[in-house]
Amino acid sequence: MGEYDCIVVGAGHAGCEAALACARMGKKTLMFSMNLEAIAMMPCNPSIGGTGKGHLVREIDALGGEMGCNIDKTFLQSKMLNTAKGPAVHSLRAQADKNKYHIEMKKTIESTENLDMKQGEVVDLVVEDGKVKGVITKTNTCFKASAVILATGTFLAGKIFIGSSVFESGPNGLAPSNELASNLKKHGMKLRRFKTGTPARCLGSSLDYSKMIEQKGDEKTVPFSFLNDEVGPNKVSCWLTYTNEETHNVIRANFHRSALFGGQIEGIGPRYCPSIEDKVNRFADKERHQLFIEPEGLDTDEMYIQGMSSSLPEDVQEAFYKTIPGLENLRIVRPAYAIEYDCINPQDLKLNLESRFIENLFCAGQFNGSSGYEEAAAQGLMAGINAVLKISGKNSLVLGRNEAYIGVLIDDLVTKGTNEPYRIMTSRAEYRLVLRQDNADLRLTDKGYAVGLASEERYQRYLKKKEKVEAELIRLGEKSFSPAEVNDFLEAHKTSPVQGRISMAELLKRPQITYEDLKEIDDETRPALSYHEITQLEVQIKYEGYINKQLAQIERFKKLEDKRLDANIDYKNIEGLRIEAAQKLEQIKPESVGQASRISGVSPADINVLLIYLEKKRRGKQ
Amino acid sequence: MKEDTIAAIATAAGEGGIGIVRISGEKSFNILKRIFIPVAQNIRPRVLSYGHIINPENNKIIDEVMAVYMKAPFSYTAEDVAEIQCHGSIVSLRKILEIVLRQGARIAERGEFTKRAFLNGRLDLTQAEAVIDLIKAKSDKTFDVALNQLEGGFSKHIKKIREKLVDVLVSLTVNIDYPDEDIEEMTYEKLLCGLKDIKADIEGILSTSDTGRIINEGLKISIVGKPNVGKSSLMNALIGENRAIVTDIPGTTRDTIEEAVSIKNIPVILTDTAGIHETEDVIEKIGINKSKESFNKSDLIILVLDGSTELEKEDLEIIDHIGDRKVIVLLNKRDKGQKISSEEIKTKIKEAVIIQTSVSQGTGIGELTEEIEKLVYGGKVSQNDSLMVTNVRHKRLLEESSLALKDAIDMTSMRQPLEFIEIDVNNCYELLGEIIGETASDDIIEKVFERFCLGK
Repeated sequence: MGEYDCIVVGAGHAGCEAALACARMGKKTLMFSMNLEAIAMMPCNPSIGGTGKGHLVREIDALGGEMGCNIDKTFLQSKMLNTAKGPAVHSLRAQADKNKYHIEMKKTIESTENLDMKQGEVVDLVVEDGKVKGVITKTNTCFKASAVILATGTFLAGKIFIGSSVFESGPNGLAPSNELASNLKKHGMKLRRFKTGTPARCLGSSLDYSKMIEQKGDEKTVPFSFLNDEVGPNKVSCWLTYTNEETHNVIRANFHRSALFGGQIEGIGPRYCPSIEDKVNRFADKERHQLFIEPEGLDTDEMYIQGMSSSLPEDVQEAFYKTIPGLENLRIVRPAYAIEYDCINPQDLKLNLESRFIENLFCAGQFNGSSGYEEAAAQGLMAGINAVLKISGKNSLVLGRNEAYIGVLIDDLVTKGTNEPYRIMTSRAEYRLVLRQDNADLRLTDKGYAVGLASEERYQRYLKKKEKVEAELIRLGEKSFSPAEVNDFLEAHKTSPVQGRISMAELLKRPQITYEDLKEIDDETRPALSYHEITQLEVQIKYEGYINKQLAQIERFKKLEDKRLDANIDYKNIEGLRIEAAQKLEQIKPESVGQASRISGVSPADINVLLIYLEKKRRGKQ
Repeated sequence: MKEDTIAAIATAAGEGGIGIVRISGEKSFNILKRIFIPVAQNIRPRVLSYGHIINPENNKIIDEVMAVYMKAPFSYTAEDVAEIQCHGSIVSLRKILEIVLRQGARIAERGEFTKRAFLNGRLDLTQAEAVIDLIKAKSDKTFDVALNQLEGGFSKHIKKIREKLVDVLVSLTVNIDYPDEDIEEMTYEKLLCGLKDIKADIEGILSTSDTGRIINEGLKISIVGKPNVGKSSLMNALIGENRAIVTDIPGTTRDTIEEAVSIKNIPVILTDTAGIHETEDVIEKIGINKSKESFNKSDLIILVLDGSTELEKEDLEIIDHIGDRKVIVLLNKRDKGQKISSEEIKTKIKEAVIIQTSVSQGTGIGELTEEIEKLVYGGKVSQNDSLMVTNVRHKRLLEESSLALKDAIDMTSMRQPLEFIEIDVNNCYELLGEIIGETASDDIIEKVFERFCLGK
């Protein structure tokens, strides 16, 4: 029933970006969701962004994705993290109105040309001669497609654990997708089990905020999307409180009742979001653990208890939550749970996120072993872009580790694999001084535009910003002051006076002086610049030296990245390659020597052998 | 395409009177220009020119050499190449190499010149096999060799320093990536304190590097004494028993003979200063000056006296030259009776170690070698002997890691952003890792989750 260019299975953060990318790039697209109420659902924390994750959102936006715009429309509170540190690790995070986030995304999808959505459960793929041809739904209806994108999240063979109670379920009480899991295995896909968890939700009216510390958003809020200059004020506060010895005693006394320690859970959970029982167990001498109370939306009294996920039975949950100051009378409306689901080993994918075994089948999100809304969205976007490029007979868009956090994320997953749900961190990026959230558009928008995803409006804004920043950089370099003109200003800003003339750019290099400060001494040639433009200007001037150092490192890094490796190289027959290395290379089929060098088990000596092999082959062709 | 500039000693150790230091890569010519002062004004490509290698940091002359450079692609590696031909002694080769490395070259891996030659199209296909063999040999053997070299205290010490760096890096990482967590804040004061402590550790190791040089390049011993006291016999006795490196290293003058030997597994460069005696002849004078120069450079002097005769004017002159250098006095020809007493010597040379020998009879030689060993491993040296930096590469990496830390410390003092400081600290961590063959990869992130309780 129906023929499409692209079919997307799943409508979470990966699925939505994938579907929108395909449709916006002009392909007739169909997006399936088990339940249309689950479009862009946030089944865990009510926030978008954070360290590393905020960078991803900016990059998704720069390429023409939707996440940044959607959170700008629906945020409740916004905070730039790490402002005490340098610009490379400034990270934006916003509390989201969950329901609004879902509704706004659904509206966007409904109004996007070329895009159909459908409530239904995909139970099988149509695969002919190693190539995917479409999907089959629960109602035994067949939909044909040139490319299929799997973004099944935690639905695939989902299983929920609360104490000793175990039941098949998708997230948030939705139905799981069991048939698809067994059929994917039938098609030869190797699946494994990962685990994650979420804390309880309680009613805000049952809490005593006077015993907690208020957490306000930034006075001046900042948009995620490069399309927005302003996003308006914060609407809510969050609240901080702590566990205590009594909390830990309750938990300890009930360790044996936890699904986690009971051995029922076979999936591997991430170390960076441990359940509270795991925290108490592993960090026994920590006297207290912090938790944040975060609103789930403006139209609900439900509050999210950040930091307290658990798989303990409901009675224990209630008991330990109530030991916490401010939560003594809490009324839980949704219990905490752990959820286990099927996913693949991302090493079975190519860097364009296409399966190495089934052609035109693309994969994204938690299905690939990642964790987090932002990580999912980033992969969804790239899977969507690459599905379209593939069926249009064009080259893939693969972002390098030197170009984007998205590149780091996907390269890590595909090249190194992961043993637990993967979370992005700024420390995973070797070139984080260059991969800043403030310059994501300058790094990526022309790429998004070139593949036909970033809109004309976005592209023009990017060009204008680039031009304005460059012009202002020149003006700041040229305009200078005599000591008499500037020394009072310098004194007022508690920085040392000068002997000779000093340019505005040199002034701006000083940590005490901002672009805004320069207004006092500037003249009428000063242009009106937006927040994004000013940030760009300041960072480029203040950190020029460091940034240039890193750019030089990138040049060296690119040498090996630019040496391409064919998919049909027979590694077993390359003389001098160690057997372990040959096997690993055979398994991963790296696309460049650089990628090969990051595979565990491939040594620098093996890389040298590869380089010599390539040179021999090149000469053989001559 | 930019490759690093690499350098290495291109001639086999201890073979031949001439040694070559080869530099390849785009910085080659610049490095040569900074350290080579030609006698003629111009150096032209592919033409040997004569001149001196200097240390550009203090303009001191290191050696007289012939140097040549070849422009890409007309060289062995098809890159810009500079070659310095110097005296074949290990000492001089290492000194020149060290200076080259300090000017921005990196030490070449085994077979790397050949690899580059091949990758740049200079060698034919059959030679590629040889390159692969070289690389294979490297991967099979170097690790063992490196392990053996590093067994014991040295690698343990490097590991300890790296553990301290891990503490700093983990703390930086968790502060940067988890700003909201309830964890100890990394203040600039704490950071500064930690970094300074680590830098002191690295410098501690580096300060032993002179001793390390002795272990690695050889203890320089000058044998002095008037004619016919038994110097040549002593030289022969030491060589005869201990000849390890077969070649003699030609000295800069015919008046001194250098010989590399191994005494108690310590490499030693013995110099027989045949010259400190008679006078007026001009050539002889030059000889004497050379001898003085040679023992000025010595780590140890062996003064040979004829114990069977009274001290003469010539002996006293030589004793004057010795001054307060480390010295072992041999009262030779014990078999012919003793006219000189230890007490008499001690009034003239306070710190002297005195041994009675009869070189021709072969007595006292064992005692002498034991004293030499004691001297190397004794005193301040022995407490730290496992810490000695025994290799140009290690020394270089230690120096670079110390520099990286200096940058980090400077930036910390200026309260620069943590993520910038992290780059230098991480750089230091990786440089030290290169010494012991460990790469950083993901272990910092592993440790972050091991040590800190983080999460939603």
